[in-house]
Amino acid sequence: MSSVKIRNLYKRYGKVEVLRDVNLDIHSGEFVVFVGPSGCGKSTLLRCISGLETVSEGTIEIDGRVVNDVAPSKRGIAMVFQSYALYPHMTVFKNMAYGLKLMGLPKETIAAKVREAAEKLQLTAYLDRLPKALSGGQRQRVAIGRAIVRDPKVFLFDEPLSNLDAALRVQMRIEISQLKEQLTSTTMIYVTHDQVEAMTMADRIVVLKDGVVQQVGSPMELYDHPQSLFVAGFIGSPKMNFLSGQFADPFKAHTVGIRAEHLDIAPADGAWSGRVIYSENLGSDSFVYVDVGAPEPIIVRQPGKAAHHAGDVVGLAPKVHELHRFDADGRPMMH
Amino acid sequence: MIGQVLYAASMVAFAVALLFGYFWGANWLLDRMLATTPAMAGEAITRRDSLRTRIRPWIFLAPTLFFLAVFLIYPIIETFRLSLFDRLGQNFIWFANYSWAWNDATFRQSAFNNLAWLIVVPALSTGFGLLIAVLADRLWWGGLAKTLVFMPMAISFVGAAVIWRFVYAYRGPDMAQIGILNAFVTWLGYPPQVWLQIPLVNSFLLMVILVWIQTGFAMVILSAALRGIPQETIEAARIDGAGEVRIFFTIMIPQIATTILVVWTTITIHVLKVFDIVYAMTNGENQTQVLGNLMYRWTFIAGDSGRGATIAIVILLAVTPIMIWNIRRARAAEGTG
Repeated sequence: MSSVKIRNLYKRYGKVEVLRDVNLDIHSGEFVVFVGPSGCGKSTLLRCISGLETVSEGTIEIDGRVVNDVAPSKRGIAMVFQSYALYPHMTVFKNMAYGLKLMGLPKETIAAKVREAAEKLQLTAYLDRLPKALSGGQRQRVAIGRAIVRDPKVFLFDEPLSNLDAALRVQMRIEISQLKEQLTSTTMIYVTHDQVEAMTMADRIVVLKDGVVQQVGSPMELYDHPQSLFVAGFIGSPKMNFLSGQFADPFKAHTVGIRAEHLDIAPADGAWSGRVIYSENLGSDSFVYVDVGAPEPIIVRQPGKAAHHAGDVVGLAPKVHELHRFDADGRPMMH
Repeated sequence: MIGQVLYAASMVAFAVALLFGYFWGANWLLDRMLATTPAMAGEAITRRDSLRTRIRPWIFLAPTLFFLAVFLIYPIIETFRLSLFDRLGQNFIWFANYSWAWNDATFRQSAFNNLAWLIVVPALSTGFGLLIAVLADRLWWGGLAKTLVFMPMAISFVGAAVIWRFVYAYRGPDMAQIGILNAFVTWLGYPPQVWLQIPLVNSFLLMVILVWIQTGFAMVILSAALRGIPQETIEAARIDGAGEVRIFFTIMIPQIATTILVVWTTITIHVLKVFDIVYAMTNGENQTQVLGNLMYRWTFIAGDSGRGATIAIVILLAVTPIMIWNIRRARAAEGTG
C-alpha cells in the first residue's frame, strides 16, 4: 500500500499562484505522469510531494498519513533529479550507500542492498568509479539505483531523461518501464514536458496548465476523449489540427479538431480543400501539409509514400466520427 | 596637469602602437621570408609550412619572455650570486652567509615566527571566510555584511597597520584609553596592557591584522564556489536524510575542497612574504621579527647585501613548492592542467 492523496493543494510564491486547487488520487503501484508545458507547475507539484517545497494550503497524504510537515527523508519517497544530482566526490557505491548509512543500517546490509541494486541496473563493474567517469546513461542509472536502495513507497522522477540524447532516451524509457514491472508495489510519479514519454510510459496521465489540473486519464482516454482544447492540442504528435470560424460552421461547432490520421485526401468532394505546401516522407508514412486558408496548415497523415507535391490542389475528407467539436470556451461538445 | 594627462595618454598610445607594430611586423616578416609559391616543390612547401608554424609562437611569446627574463629570472640569479658574497659583494665566501643565518638567533626567531604566521593566518582567514560565506547567504543583509568584510582587502597593509595601532594603543593606567582593546579590558576591570610588547601575544595580534585583511578574499572566492554547488545535490542529500550540518560537511565542503585549498595556499604565499605589517607596527621588536623584515633590515639598514640576499633566497625557497602546488591545483580546478 503506497497511495498518494492530494486534496485542495495550493502553492504560492508571494502573490504568484503556482498550483491551484489540485486534487489527485494516485493508487498504489500506479505509474502516473505529470505532463504540461514549461512553467505549468508540474515540477513544483512533484517537489511538494517530495517535501522539498512546502505547501501553502491543502494536504498531501502518503499511505494514509498526512505528510505536510514530515521531512523529505521520512516520507518514504525517493527522487531522481533531472541533472542526476550525484555526489561528485563519492564513488558510485558511496553515492548509493549514503542514504542507507544515514538510516543507520549495518555495513553488511548496506553493501548487500547496493550490490543488489547495482546488479539490477548493470552497474556492478562501475561501483568504484566516480560519477565523472561515467556516461550520461550510466549516471542516470546510478541516480535510479540510489533511489531504489531506499525501498521507497513512492518513486519520484523529475524530467530524468531530458539531459540524454535521443537514442539513449528511448533506451532509458524502456529501462524505466521495465523497472516499474519489477517494483509492482511501488508507486511512481514521473514529470516530463514530453508528451511522447507520457503516452508511452504512463498508466495514467495528469495534464497540467498554469497550475491547474486539466485532465486525468489513461493515455488513450486523453488521446480519444480530450476534455479541453488544450489537452487535445497537447497530446498526440503531430499536433491535432484545429479549424474554427467558417471551416467549423458546417459542423455546428466553434472549433473542430481532427487528428492527422483521421483525414483522407479526396480529389473532389472534401469538407475543405486547399493547396499542398509541403510533404514529409518518412517511408512508412508521410505527412502532407495543406493550406486551406486557415491560419495554420492542416497536416494529413498518409500511409506509405506521399504522392502529393507542393502546389497540388486537394480536397480533405474528415472521418466524421473521429471529429472533435469544441464550443467557444474550448469545452468538448457532445455528439 | 592637462599636459601630464596628455603625456601619459600619448605614452600609452605609443606603447600600444609599438607592441602592435612588433607583433604585426614580425608576423608579416615571417610570412614573407618563408613564403611559398605554387612553383615550389611539394616537399619544400611542406617544410616551409611546418617551419612557419614552429617559429610563430616564439614571435608572440618573445616580449613576455624578454620582460620575464629581465625582471624575474635575472634578479633571482643575481640575488643568489650576491648571497655567496660578503657584505659589499666583493669577496666570494661560499655559503658562509647561510651558515651564519643557521646559527643566528634573530634569524631563527624570525623563521619560527614565519612558521607561526603560516599556520595561524591561512587557517583563520579561510575558516572565517568560509563561515561568513555560508552564513551571509542565509541572511537578507548578508550582502551588506559581505561588503563590509571585503572592504579591508582594499586597504594597504601599512594603512591597515595604522588603523590597528589605534586598536592596540596604550595609555598609562590613569589616562583614558583610546585603543579599543584596552578600553574593553579596562571596562572589564583589568589593568591596560602594552599589547605590542608582550612576546607571543604581540605576534598573534599582528597576525590578526592580516587575517582581517585576507578573510574578505577567502570569503569572496568561497562564496562563489558555494554558489557553484548544484542545488540538486543538496536536495538529494536532504531526501537521503542528511541534516544541515551533515550536508555542509559531507556534501558541500568536499565539492569545494579544491577551491578551499587554492585559497589556503594563496594566503600562505601572502603570509610568507609578510613585511609591511611588522615593519609598521613593531619593526620586529619584542620578538615579532619575521624574515621579510629581517631581510629589509640587513639589506638597507645594515647595508649587508650578502646576508640580505641570503634571507631573500630562503624565503624564495620556502614559497616555491607552495607556489608550484598552488598553480597545479588552480589549473586542475579550471580543467586546463
